[in-house]
Amino acid sequence: MTDAIVLDRVSKAYDGQAVLRETDLRIARGRFVALVGGSGAGKTTLLKLINGLIAPTAGRVLVDGEDIASRSGPELRRGIGYVFQETGLFPHMSVAQNIGITPSLLGWPRDAIEARADELLDLVALPRDVAGRAPAQLSGGQRQRVGVARALAARPSILLMDEPFGALDPVVRVALADDVRTLHETLGLTTVMVTHDVGEALLLADEVVVMAGGQVLAQAPPRDLLAGHSDPVVADLIAAPRRQAERLAELARG
Amino acid sequence: MADRLDAALAVLPERLGWHVTLSASALVLGLAIALPLGIAAARNSRLKWIALGAAGLVQTIPSLALLALFYPVLLLLSGLAERVLGHGFPALGFLPSLLALTLYSMLPILRNAAAGVSSVDPAVVEAARGVGMTDRQRLWRVELPLAAPVIMAGVRTAAVWTIGAATLSTPVGQTSLGDYIFSGLQTEDWVAVLVGCAASAGLAIIVDALLGLIEAGVARRDGKRLAAGGLGLAIGLLAALAPLAVGALAQGRPAYVIGAKNFSEQYILAEVMAGRLERDGASVQRRVNLGSAVAYRALAAGEIDAYVDYSGTLWANVLNREDNPGRQAVLEGLRTELKARDGVVLLAPLGFENAYALAMRRDRAEALGIKSLADLAARAPGLTMGGDLEFFSRPEWAAVEAAYGLRFKAKRQFQPTFMYRALESREADVISAFSSDGRIAADDLVLLSDPKGALPPYDAVILVSPKRAWDQRLIAALKPLGGSIDVKAMQAANYAVDRDTGKKSPAEAAAMLAR
Repeated sequence: MTDAIVLDRVSKAYDGQAVLRETDLRIARGRFVALVGGSGAGKTTLLKLINGLIAPTAGRVLVDGEDIASRSGPELRRGIGYVFQETGLFPHMSVAQNIGITPSLLGWPRDAIEARADELLDLVALPRDVAGRAPAQLSGGQRQRVGVARALAARPSILLMDEPFGALDPVVRVALADDVRTLHETLGLTTVMVTHDVGEALLLADEVVVMAGGQVLAQAPPRDLLAGHSDPVVADLIAAPRRQAERLAELARG
Repeated sequence: MADRLDAALAVLPERLGWHVTLSASALVLGLAIALPLGIAAARNSRLKWIALGAAGLVQTIPSLALLALFYPVLLLLSGLAERVLGHGFPALGFLPSLLALTLYSMLPILRNAAAGVSSVDPAVVEAARGVGMTDRQRLWRVELPLAAPVIMAGVRTAAVWTIGAATLSTPVGQTSLGDYIFSGLQTEDWVAVLVGCAASAGLAIIVDALLGLIEAGVARRDGKRLAAGGLGLAIGLLAALAPLAVGALAQGRPAYVIGAKNFSEQYILAEVMAGRLERDGASVQRRVNLGSAVAYRALAAGEIDAYVDYSGTLWANVLNREDNPGRQAVLEGLRTELKARDGVVLLAPLGFENAYALAMRRDRAEALGIKSLADLAARAPGLTMGGDLEFFSRPEWAAVEAAYGLRFKAKRQFQPTFMYRALESREADVISAFSSDGRIAADDLVLLSDPKGALPPYDAVILVSPKRAWDQRLIAALKPLGGSIDVKAMQAANYAVDRDTGKKSPAEAAAMLAR
């Protein structure tokens, strides 16, 4: 079976400044993958290369086995869900219009779009009566749920998320992360999530990709990473949440 | 006072209608150009720099000058079109006004469109791309709706500017609310000036309020406000245009267009000519307040059918002659040369001169023993000379100064009204007067004789456009005016319009002459 996402020696530079260097990455269908690393590691750039928001300077990006350079950008992006940092909801559209935007670009009939919006509000656990409200009238957690619903509206098989829970308070954050993980399972998605929170990545993902300086340093299941890694940068990055977890466990034991 | 107000209000529907037509057309055209340009500029910083720079530069040109500049440009283009395509287009009136105002309206729309589109949150723009919008969909579904309030604010500013600047289209021959202001200033009819100002300001305020309603509707996504504003504009536009449409349906195109320059005597003579044509059953349009050079060119181009000019002016400004062969020789020279050069027909001298002449108070002239310019030369070093705004830069002054060796103690420039007052209050001893000015008789002034013939003759003559040269109806109506108005009658008619109390309208003064 072909991998859902393949990066083949992909580089990206802005004004000669390399952000991503000859990166190879394979993401198998159905996986939940977290991209972690410090700021400037190239995580968001890598994510945006997958749906063509950014074009690579060199190398190829394959989605479902097909080089995305041969596809039209808008058409590609309509088939891939994307949850933005700070949500990026359209302030002049209602919640239902935001959720229905990609189906409407795809030319779905109006009643199908409305039905889909209701369905997604249920799916992301929002009351249906928020459908007519403006994004500004919602709480941060509700807005991010709308962002997830919008990304899933056109039934994509791939979901990309850029720091989706970054701006939320811890309680809302954990609840939403759990819900997203459940959606990933039930909808059979391939999910790639950028996060700076290594603990969150370890707890949610099937695989964690560790990045630094525009390169992938490691790609492994959380358990393997926690067991230790030869690369000192990776080891350092994993050590911090592990120590935290151990101290929490001690505290809990009393 | 009430008469003057009635007279002013009687022509309000036509002037307001044209003012609205002109402003609305310029605004729509400005929007059609500036909006796409502004959007493109938001995406391209070099284009933004060039477009905003150019629009800003246009804005620094005084609006009156901008309007004036379009006339020769269009005249040139019309001439080219005539040569290449076989027929030209009118360079006077609506077209130059429309183009100048369009340029003028573009800056605020351009600036706000560029600013509005650039100021859309980059996160929202990226989200628009991320959900799969094409560039066009992003523009229509996200950027324009979000930039709409800013763009509407620009349209509002443009509307107020355009309505104000449209009053300046009068001197290029376009009827507008500016007709009240320009004519009123000339004849010191302050009621007319006030009516013009109030109507123009009122129009701007109403349009601004309605556009404000639309702006608020757009900003708050409030359909009711949007609809109310749009409906108000539509109703207002229809109401303003109705009188024009009715007039156009009732009359069709006017049979004749009579022109006039921008002073009282010209308004009166235009009314005299128009009156004779109308008594013959012809429909007549009046194009008053034309610039002096504009009037002749408009006649030669056939945009006006007839107007009155002065032999000395034509001799110097059209034929570029500096000599003075005498009154009859100048008239004969004009008759043959204007015909040969432009096909313009010098129909008939009216019978009076409106010449530059130096004038003094009678008591002062008698006390000093001055009757002629030669007498004046001896006394000039002790006297102050007052001229109108252009006199000292005209060839007539150079000729007089040289011929008589005039050297005054001081020279001062005045607006014509104040020039006469200066003579009265002895701030000036001698002034440059117009010989047909009613104030010469009314103020009991003496005109100094010109024994050396330094000042050219200024016979008032009716000129007819080339395309009307064989129009028997026009010729039959205007020809009898030849020799029918003497300088006393013209002075009296001018004074009736210019005086402070018991003012008459140009049409009423024209009736005095017709009797």
